[in-house]
Amino acid sequence: MANVLVFTELHDGHVKPVTLEILGKLAGQSADVAVIGDISADQVAELAKHGGQNVHKLKGSNLDKYSPEGYSNALSEFIKSKSYDYVFAGATSMGKDLLPRLATKFNAGLASDVVNFVFDGGTFAGTRPFFAGKCLAKVEITGPKPHFISIRPNALGMTANPTAGSGAAADVNANAGDIRAQIKEIIKAASTKVDLTEANIIVTGGRAMKNAENFKILNEMADVIGATVGASRAAVDSGFAPHSMQVGQTGKTVAPSLYIACGVSGAIQHLAGMRTSKVIVAINSDPDAPIFTRADYGIVGDLFQIVPILTEEFKKLLGR
Amino acid sequence: MNIFVCVKQVPDTETKIIPTSDGSFIETASIKWIMNPYDEFAVEQALLIKQANPAANVTVVRVGSVKDTEALRTAMAMGADEAALVEATDNLDSYSIAKALKGAIEKTGKKPDIILSGKQAIDDDALQVPQILAEMFNLPSVSVIVGFELAGNTVKVKREVEGGALEVYEVSTPVVLACNKGLNTPRYASLPGIMKAKKKPMAQFSLADVGVTDADRRVKYSGFKLPPEKPAGKKYDATDSAKQREVVSQVIGLLRTEAKVI
Repeated sequence: MANVLVFTELHDGHVKPVTLEILGKLAGQSADVAVIGDISADQVAELAKHGGQNVHKLKGSNLDKYSPEGYSNALSEFIKSKSYDYVFAGATSMGKDLLPRLATKFNAGLASDVVNFVFDGGTFAGTRPFFAGKCLAKVEITGPKPHFISIRPNALGMTANPTAGSGAAADVNANAGDIRAQIKEIIKAASTKVDLTEANIIVTGGRAMKNAENFKILNEMADVIGATVGASRAAVDSGFAPHSMQVGQTGKTVAPSLYIACGVSGAIQHLAGMRTSKVIVAINSDPDAPIFTRADYGIVGDLFQIVPILTEEFKKLLGR
Repeated sequence: MNIFVCVKQVPDTETKIIPTSDGSFIETASIKWIMNPYDEFAVEQALLIKQANPAANVTVVRVGSVKDTEALRTAMAMGADEAALVEATDNLDSYSIAKALKGAIEKTGKKPDIILSGKQAIDDDALQVPQILAEMFNLPSVSVIVGFELAGNTVKVKREVEGGALEVYEVSTPVVLACNKGLNTPRYASLPGIMKAKKKPMAQFSLADVGVTDADRRVKYSGFKLPPEKPAGKKYDATDSAKQREVVSQVIGLLRTEAKVI
């Protein structure tokens, strides 16, 4: 049995779903949780329900806001005081920035953006995509412990009936050390929707959207079904949408349960970024568009006619 | 001011990837190599800094195979002053690459003020090297930057996080910055630039020269394979507007009863 620490970040006081996905998948190992700052009893109970044992709340000055140095200093000091074999975190914006620094403080290896893993006699073996998912490879970590792993959100899925842990929460004095790169200001995003990388449903527009204005029909459908709106590289490069909305090899790799592609032809670099979506619906006027080779449900037709009908029918079905 | 730009050479985004028969990596013989797209933003940012600070020197550094030196020649054709190449296989892990980059930067004898790179390389998509390099150099770092301002030795950068929100950082040089699309618009190499690039110095090192051995490998990749293919799905013709509502309600029905995602 491996001794594991799962680092969780909080978003509006809530642990991210990826933390619970990781805890559920760690059944059979001993999994503690570390959080920076305070966490409510409700959220500790949620961690415990999914298998979390001790919940360490790291508290100290200069840790109210994320900083790569402050967080990695505080966590490395804590981890050094324990004997963990593995440290996990979600491959979120913060996880991707933080873990390489943290691992290097131990001269240790990091397997990043892992989509599945097993423990074989207490040793980690994972699977991760290469070339934005055009192929997969086995990943193993060597060298000094602890070994570090970041897990792609939405990839593992929630464990149906997780084995509960004790969820014993306690404060730990933490030291942020010297911080040179500090956040001075946070500029909120225009959209309050969940990020593409964590979204359960995504509606994407391609070049056939013709302009930025037309994305409003996608936004209307997205509002009805609780989706986040994305865009293909062709749409982003044509100026219809910002790069933060781009899905594909030079944008975001996504794994929602439902992906609705509207007027997306399906270039190889786009397919790579969305191929792990559980169910794919494609709407395109070209019956030979490559996107149809990946779609579970393809609709050949004009998206400007089809999308409004989809929105109406979704409204009826969901009673909204 | 010494600016270093770390670049990687990767297969073009339109490349069809074929794993080798033993699964150790991918077939590389017929690949078209390009500079990692995110690294172009790093090269451009270095050149913009140099435009404002003519005394600045821009060195591009790369770790990888020498079959082709497209990425470094492109960077020099865009305007970088010189290059350093560390010869290595194309599937090295992030820790070894960062250690080799550090060794190569130290070999130049120049103390870095700003180290730039792309936020990730689109081959292994590890998103590790800039942060590891910063930690190895004991420097601050900001990743996924989409905004950059330099005043004196203070850098103000915007880092993009989930949902397109921005974190604004202020940090003094020396610093490591990892660039995202949206930071700037990379220039094309001009013909005179391409000619000049041929005469610009390119230092070449082995991994041993920069102090990297097999013992530095931290992550092992094996069993490269294509992902499982989905069986073909259902396709409905809704080009006739009279049929559209019927097709749409059928698909929505299947999303609920068959796929169970709505």
